Amino acid sequence: MKPASILLLAAVLWAPGVHADGRRSGFEYMGAATQAMQRDDSLNPGMLWVLQGEQLWSRPLGDAGGSCAGCHGAAPQSMRGVAARYPAFDAALGRPVDLPQRIAACHQRLRPGAPPDAEAALALQAYVAHQSRGLPIAPPDDARLQAPRERGRALWGQRIGQLDLACSDCHDALAGRRLGGSPVPQGHPTGYPIYRLEWQGLGTLQRRLRACVVGVRAEPFAADAPQWVELELHLAWRARGMPLETPAVRP
Amino acid sequence: MKVPRPLERRRLLAAACAVLWLRPAQATPEALADALREYTGGAPLREGRVRLDIAPLVDNGNTVPVSVSVPGVSPEQVQALALFSERNPRSDVLRVVFGPRAGERVLTTRMRLATSQQLVAVARLADGGHWAQRVDVVVTLSACLE
Amino acid sequence: MARSLITLPERVTRGQSFTVRTLLQHPMESGFRVGADGRVLPRDIVRRFRCLYDGELVVEVELFPAVAANPFFEFSVRAVDSGTLLFEWEGDQGFRHREQRALSVA
Repeated sequence: MKPASILLLAAVLWAPGVHADGRRSGFEYMGAATQAMQRDDSLNPGMLWVLQGEQLWSRPLGDAGGSCAGCHGAAPQSMRGVAARYPAFDAALGRPVDLPQRIAACHQRLRPGAPPDAEAALALQAYVAHQSRGLPIAPPDDARLQAPRERGRALWGQRIGQLDLACSDCHDALAGRRLGGSPVPQGHPTGYPIYRLEWQGLGTLQRRLRACVVGVRAEPFAADAPQWVELELHLAWRARGMPLETPAVRP
Repeated sequence: MKVPRPLERRRLLAAACAVLWLRPAQATPEALADALREYTGGAPLREGRVRLDIAPLVDNGNTVPVSVSVPGVSPEQVQALALFSERNPRSDVLRVVFGPRAGERVLTTRMRLATSQQLVAVARLADGGHWAQRVDVVVTLSACLE
Repeated sequence: MARSLITLPERVTRGQSFTVRTLLQHPMESGFRVGADGRVLPRDIVRRFRCLYDGELVVEVELFPAVAANPFFEFSVRAVDSGTLLFEWEGDQGFRHREQRALSVA
């Protein structure tokens, strides 16, 4: 039995689609060749990072010998559903965090003062989020997230930059229309970290949001600014119920 | 150093501009023709037999799936394949040689397209013949680039 | 260490042709891109990919900068006997990566 057949079965089980309420994943706006690249794990470049993350999961991190697996056990069990409910409130840090920040915080605890390893971080994000593939995005019902999420919603509708555009101007009002030959998607975070063809590599939701902010010629927020997570909170709520596709492929 | 007089300075500037203008960063249809001639060793290039599969309109020029095959010709007859571009910075995209353990004569990969252009796939057969297929591709640009 | 993903069927029949897919993690820096400082980023690509089957050549590919990052190849192999498939990539900056897979032929 060809491996493609097994993968096709898996694809059918979690295939992204058009929801009855008209919400569509960015997957729907891509050409057939790019969709095929995402659907099949033997074609999807994002799987290279998932594979790397799988290897890193069991690797000792600090001198104390701790690894992800040491606390969390086997990721397919322990990490299932985790990415689907991020961003979440982190009690230790006292604020909402997205998945990359949560993983970085864990690393800091195990290796205090160690310089960040961007490639390793991305690989672990991809591996962890991949364990939620096919599961619906499920923002937690947490009262502490309400105010930050509201701030995110306000940011979504706020005009910024020299082009004086709000996210909603394109991704709500004009989604499905074309900008310079490319279709404007609705902007749902259904597959992060994504393999973006434009980057020729894997990247986070924050990176993608930053590209949009720079795209309308606005000054981007600082890397650790709360605005990014607030926006992500609103986006996760806006996309609730849509299945995760990590690692997604996008133009 | 002698300071150039105003007329000389203007001429130097014009000369410098001319040099910059004469160095385009793109290959040309002439360079493509040269590359094809070099590959075939000057032998005639006939249209047909090769199949070049690529989407006519691509999402992003950085990563474009493309497949070259030679259906209808028995595999042992096909020695090699090559793919060329009309407007990328250089004409060569890739060259393939098949060995004794090769199956069907096909190669699928992903390529970069600098802009909308023509691609040429070439097959070299055991009888020394060279066959080509040409396809035009349109490339759109993503928005919100960093 | 470079990462690669290789896909081939678990079992094939003698004489049949089967498909192999390979994906390699590599930036394939073309040598045409300009960095933020205005200087051209030096070329760093995979230049050659080979697949050998018990030492015999299946396919050899010469890559140029137009091959996309994280180079992907799908090609066809003719099944003879159970044996070993060897995959080799080499390129700029002394890049070398090899993978092996066992092939089971019925």
